[in-house]
Amino acid sequence: MESNWDGSASPFQKERKLAHVTLPRSLSEKVEGELELEVDARNVRALIRALDLRFPGIGEILSGQTAVAIDGEILSEAGIEPLSAQSEVHFLPRVGGG
Amino acid sequence: MRHIRATVDGEATEFLCDEGSTLLDALRDSLQKTGTKEGCGTGDCGACSVIFDGRLVCACLVLAAEAEGATVETVEGISKEGVLHPLQRHFLEDAALQCGICTPGFLVAAKNLLERNVDPSEEEVRFWLAGNLCRCTGYDKIIRAVLNTAAELRGESS
Amino acid sequence: MSAATGEQKFRWVGTRPVRPDGHDKVTGRARYGADFSLPGMLCGRVLRSPHAHARILKIDTAEALALEGVHAVLTGDDLPDLTSSEESSSLSAASRNIMARDKVLYHGHAVAAVAASTPEVAREALALIRVEYEVLESVLGIEEALADGAPLLDEELRTKGEEDPKPSNVAAKVMFSNGDIEVGFALADEIVEREFTTQAVHQGYIEPHACLAQMGEDGKATLWVSSQGQFAIRSMTAGILGVELSHLRVIPAEIGGGVGGKTTVYLEPLAVALSRKSGRPVKMVMSREEVFRGSGPALGTRIKVKLGATREGRLVAAQALLHYEAGGFPGSSVQAGAMTIFSSYALEHLEITGYDVVVNKPKGAAYRAPGAPMAAFATESLMDELATRLEIDPVDFRLRNAAKEGVQSAFGPRFRRIGLVETLEAIQAHPHYRAPLKPNQGRGVAVGFWFNAGLQSSASVNVNEDGTVSVVSGSPDIGGSRASLAIMAAEELGIEYEAVDVTVADTASVGFNDVTGGSRVTFATGMAVIESAREVIQQLRERAASIWDVEVDQVVWQEGRACVPDSKEIESLDLKAIADQAGETGGPITGRHSLSARGVGMGFGAHICDVQVDPETGRVEVVRYTAVQDAGRAIHPSYVEGQMQGGVAQGIGWALNEEYIYNADGELQNPGFLDYRIPVASDLPMIDTVIVEVPNDGHPYGVRGVGEVPIVAPLPAVANAVCAATGVRFTDLPLSPPRVLKGIEDAETVS
Ligand code: FES
Ligand code: FES
Repeated sequence: MESNWDGSASPFQKERKLAHVTLPRSLSEKVEGELELEVDARNVRALIRALDLRFPGIGEILSGQTAVAIDGEILSEAGIEPLSAQSEVHFLPRVGGG
Repeated sequence: MRHIRATVDGEATEFLCDEGSTLLDALRDSLQKTGTKEGCGTGDCGACSVIFDGRLVCACLVLAAEAEGATVETVEGISKEGVLHPLQRHFLEDAALQCGICTPGFLVAAKNLLERNVDPSEEEVRFWLAGNLCRCTGYDKIIRAVLNTAAELRGESS
Repeated sequence: MSAATGEQKFRWVGTRPVRPDGHDKVTGRARYGADFSLPGMLCGRVLRSPHAHARILKIDTAEALALEGVHAVLTGDDLPDLTSSEESSSLSAASRNIMARDKVLYHGHAVAAVAASTPEVAREALALIRVEYEVLESVLGIEEALADGAPLLDEELRTKGEEDPKPSNVAAKVMFSNGDIEVGFALADEIVEREFTTQAVHQGYIEPHACLAQMGEDGKATLWVSSQGQFAIRSMTAGILGVELSHLRVIPAEIGGGVGGKTTVYLEPLAVALSRKSGRPVKMVMSREEVFRGSGPALGTRIKVKLGATREGRLVAAQALLHYEAGGFPGSSVQAGAMTIFSSYALEHLEITGYDVVVNKPKGAAYRAPGAPMAAFATESLMDELATRLEIDPVDFRLRNAAKEGVQSAFGPRFRRIGLVETLEAIQAHPHYRAPLKPNQGRGVAVGFWFNAGLQSSASVNVNEDGTVSVVSGSPDIGGSRASLAIMAAEELGIEYEAVDVTVADTASVGFNDVTGGSRVTFATGMAVIESAREVIQQLRERAASIWDVEVDQVVWQEGRACVPDSKEIESLDLKAIADQAGETGGPITGRHSLSARGVGMGFGAHICDVQVDPETGRVEVVRYTAVQDAGRAIHPSYVEGQMQGGVAQGIGWALNEEYIYNADGELQNPGFLDYRIPVASDLPMIDTVIVEVPNDGHPYGVRGVGEVPIVAPLPAVANAVCAATGVRFTDLPLSPPRVLKGIEDAETVS
């Protein structure tokens, strides 16, 4: 699979990896209300980078304060977790536990 | 400072203590018998339960100086020559401990109960042990372990 | 990793052997936090604020320092100021929580600490520290905190998640929504709406916080401490003091209960700092009163819920407004409350808003399924009310709406395979559900949901020269998890359970582990042990291959032996035989694995509670209780049952008795077990348990988190039972006799 060094999709990549992303409501203003979007990325880190390009500053919030659920599975450290086409990605508040 | 002579877990023991210090302090700090625990220091949790001249007491409410000439039994004296007391065995087999901080107190208190009454009802066990707090188990398995031990001591298979 | 199937065959998984650490714990030999001592050790004590809210004008420690036997005095000035660095805002709050700087934010907030030769001298020294306060008006509840013109705990605090926020006592806002709430309620035939409140409660672990610290002149320190995670204690202590992680070794003591409350620091950085100042080892142990005043309870909540359903019993809309007290610093469990409040049900239209509110009470800490029990109390009470109004059996009503695989959760993602339906079916089938009730008795049901944390774990499995096996983990064992880890190692290796021992190692002896919390140890650390054991098996096959001079591929490991199935001549070798020759075949045989756990499995429980209410006194007694839970796979069923029974007992205490009682000045009135009454043996019946196993296919054996789910359902199960017995819907906990009596009397006056 061809892709750019940072994990973002290369324009030559055959199979597009459009992940379906849902952002927390609390970020509404920061993303001009676009809480649901399709993003082209190979893994979570690349996804956050892509979002940060679009909405500067959001990357820090997403990587610092949230957990990620990919296809229903909540991951606490998701950085290089690969995304496949049609992945459903939710950014969620982090919950601890007792 | 007072010089105290007492029998602790079957051994003749001597220790020094302040007027104000408790038997629990003496056991834990002077005699390094840390098996007896402190959960509150005010007689409310039973973690410090010991047998004092045959009576079940909270060691945190007894002055160390009162131990002069007394016989004190703690959790550390329950097993004999490396063999666990049936109560200890049942606590393990019935998973009657989780974190285990309350266990010394429960073992001492339950042993004292079974020495008085080898056929207690569930209700009697619950009331006898009502001075011992456990936050982990919900008491269910502790009560069962005590009842199973009682059955074993009576010669019934549990 | 193999996918778990219902048909997996096990030798040890599912059995109930004695735990490896059991003997030490029934003989008094196990060493807990307060059981360590060192020669020359000093006694550390904390001076705590007598005010709920005040500015510290001046602290004079000269007299205390001059006292014979006092070796060090510590105040906020001695600790680095972490406020400037943005990233470490939680660390900065932790630092200011363990030692106040310019302001005290609750009654019991630490303001100074001393290290002295004896407890008596330490106590005397505390009395000689002069603190000048400017007492401020305190904020003791959600109402007061939100009021216009309320005194502010932190003039800089603005609501995160709010547009253009002004300084206030609201630290954060969270929101979840789906569909269109107006449309949803328009579809409803029945709508119920109520506001619920719960009070601050404490985890109530029997062992007070305790530690022993020793720092050398080289700046390297060792800390013996009872906690839910030696690595978390290390990072927080080192962070607060500005010490390198490699210079701080944290040795885990046995832990006498944590329930979430021992995932953070209170005494540890102070003990290390006092040791640094005095050059002597310093031991610090909290009194029970300090535990109540100065550690982190689960604080009060106010939750408004509105539910709508059709005549046929389909939930169509749900709306919630949650306010959770955070204590003196931001960070309540409102997020988790918001995420769990409707997550047991499939809902098209929902809206959830939550606020994190600071008040002049101790900084809250995690308490078993943090945030979820209060949220369940609200939703499950209303589910009960709706079922009654719709004249549908309450379990049927829940079954009709239960979350299942593929359903979108209220917090966003779709559920993977979960076992809510199975647990509900199990309570419906249970004889308890149909057992007759006596006069003044009532029955309630409720369900509870909690996540399962994955996080990071490391473990190693070492084969000893005699063929026994030592498992090393970094996860403190609070409820028998050593037994589960030993079972998994024995299962993988095909050896006797008794041949395996498990050690919880210090921070220098095993790779990083996150805290024992979030119901994760048997799941995640268990996975690290399984993977380590698999690595050992690989090595055992290689060693056997080299002994026999065959290809590794020809060697299989089965039932604890290496063998070559195709060969008649080669006699199989057991672990002992291979271990015996380890030196000649390549050295010690050890497996090691570290992971960020994947494959968390969410957990559900369904409970039935029978109560008896004394109409004369209002006293509520739980007379029968059955808890059903999906454990995915119960590795050691006794300890799964134990988690369920313990969680239920805590939940019953929360529902019926437990609460922090404050006076008008914000002083806690009941900081002891006499007045803060947790359930005792004579308060409770046996707690019946049924383990349902809907395997989590993210784990090799199907394990789900178990420890937290059981505390979620009891609050509403008890309240629903009390409602059934009295006809009164109670919305404020605890259901203490005066409150219940008043409720009954008010209802009589009305009718
Ligand atoms: S420590 Fe003695 S009763 Fe609690
Ligand atoms: S087992 Fe933890 S308090 Fe009883």
